[in-house]
Amino acid sequence: MNYSDVVIVGAGHAGAQAAIALRQNGFTGTLTMIGREPEPPYERPPLSKEYLAREKSFERLYIRPPAFWGEKGVDLKLGVEVTAVDPAVKALTLSDHTTFTYGKLIWAAGGDPRRLSCPGADLAGIHAVRTRADCDQLMGEIEGGVKNIVVVGGGYIGLEAAAVLIKLGCKVTLLEALPRVLARVAGPELSAFYEKEHRDHGVDLRTGVAMEGFVGEGRITGVKMADGEVIRADAAIVGIGIVPAVAPLVAAGAAGGDGVDVDEFCRTSLPDVYAVGDCAAYACGFAGGAVTRVESVQNANDQATCVAKAICGDEKSYLAFPWFWSNQYDLRLQTCGLNVGYDQTVVRGCPANRSFSVVYLKGGKVVALDCVNATKDYVQGRKLVEAGATPSLEQLADVEVPLKERPAVRPG
Amino acid sequence: MIGIEVIARDGSQRRIEAAESLNLMEALRANGFDELLALCGGCCSCATCHVYVEEGAAELQQAGSEDENDLLDSSDYRGANSRLSCQVMLGAECAGMIIRIAPEG
Repeated sequence: MNYSDVVIVGAGHAGAQAAIALRQNGFTGTLTMIGREPEPPYERPPLSKEYLAREKSFERLYIRPPAFWGEKGVDLKLGVEVTAVDPAVKALTLSDHTTFTYGKLIWAAGGDPRRLSCPGADLAGIHAVRTRADCDQLMGEIEGGVKNIVVVGGGYIGLEAAAVLIKLGCKVTLLEALPRVLARVAGPELSAFYEKEHRDHGVDLRTGVAMEGFVGEGRITGVKMADGEVIRADAAIVGIGIVPAVAPLVAAGAAGGDGVDVDEFCRTSLPDVYAVGDCAAYACGFAGGAVTRVESVQNANDQATCVAKAICGDEKSYLAFPWFWSNQYDLRLQTCGLNVGYDQTVVRGCPANRSFSVVYLKGGKVVALDCVNATKDYVQGRKLVEAGATPSLEQLADVEVPLKERPAVRPG
Repeated sequence: MIGIEVIARDGSQRRIEAAESLNLMEALRANGFDELLALCGGCCSCATCHVYVEEGAAELQQAGSEDENDLLDSSDYRGANSRLSCQVMLGAECAGMIIRIAPEG
């Protein structure tokens, strides 16, 4: 029978952890995980880093060895996706036209790379960096001699990919429509630092630019800019964010706008349907209660654990501390907290030394830190965020004094 | 292949055989120790693959870098022999060591 007590839709970090945590917490019912990629769950962050650089083989990216899932009684249905949800009878329609019914549903489908709608967007040689297949295609083209690559989008994916491509000897142009890279996720100090780093490494990095479209016949040969210039491109990477993969849930009546809305227990508005990871929007305490989606491995993992425990009878609000990382060249960025709505920044240390932190404050409280080659700040700064500390700006900027020695907790 | 004794969080002990091309975190993961989160995948960006080297060469019991040392400081359970298992590169000197998976947090 096509039924499981729990069905997990999505086999990424969130889906995998939901299954792992269900079994760890004693769940003995039937469990099915549906993923649209052919591979068992694997780590996604290395796709724009060590995997693209061929420093790590794919086998080293498996979240668990492929045999693990069967041993734990997790039925993997791979290569299919859910096209419709009927919450009234708790049934899923799959892309192979079969139906599958569930007792509880955990929606962990993540997102699809946002696509450009400009002329030429369908030409061959235009890639996303979201799946193994995306990367394998791109890596194959580079091996085949592709050299001039235009990266569209100066977010983490685009910047990480650019860093790897430079290392691989490609000629890289990076285009960002906004006035600075990382504009949506970091303060101007961090943006300026990474812009300089990429330029110093040879990336032709252009901010505040508008492209008109891709040019080529069948396959991309260039990128046409609004000012008429055509930048040579044998291939392109489009890294302009994701569109949450929630259409079947929303069509079934789940509340949502950007993603699907969940409450503090990761429950959607549909009965017995949870959502976790990149696609789940929730009122986040670390963002001052703003309804937000957090796209990170940490969030995927911890929300999945939260739901698994709830299903096993240990229901607690999702309150996990947000953290994130990005590796580019020899730079290790570690982020803790969320800088949503910050009104002040303090730079701690000197960016020119390639080891510094940006501290984000909101109403005087430390809400987040971006730490570049500054692990000590990351570890100690986290305590400040957790405590809602209100140190003076001068104190924060003084690198001679470790963050942990600040007068930490504010009264009340 | 080298042999390593692993003590899981539930106290059970099991010997694993690991390839020297891996780091200890990967070896634990490949051998089914699923309580090890290892969220950053082994790039020394978090502290979710924390273990204790209960028996082994002295240099295996000490953090291999300042970053590793700083990250270990974030654990409430740091001990004198704490390591991030992703930073323990397996080699002949690791044969026969006994490691214990640290509590979460």
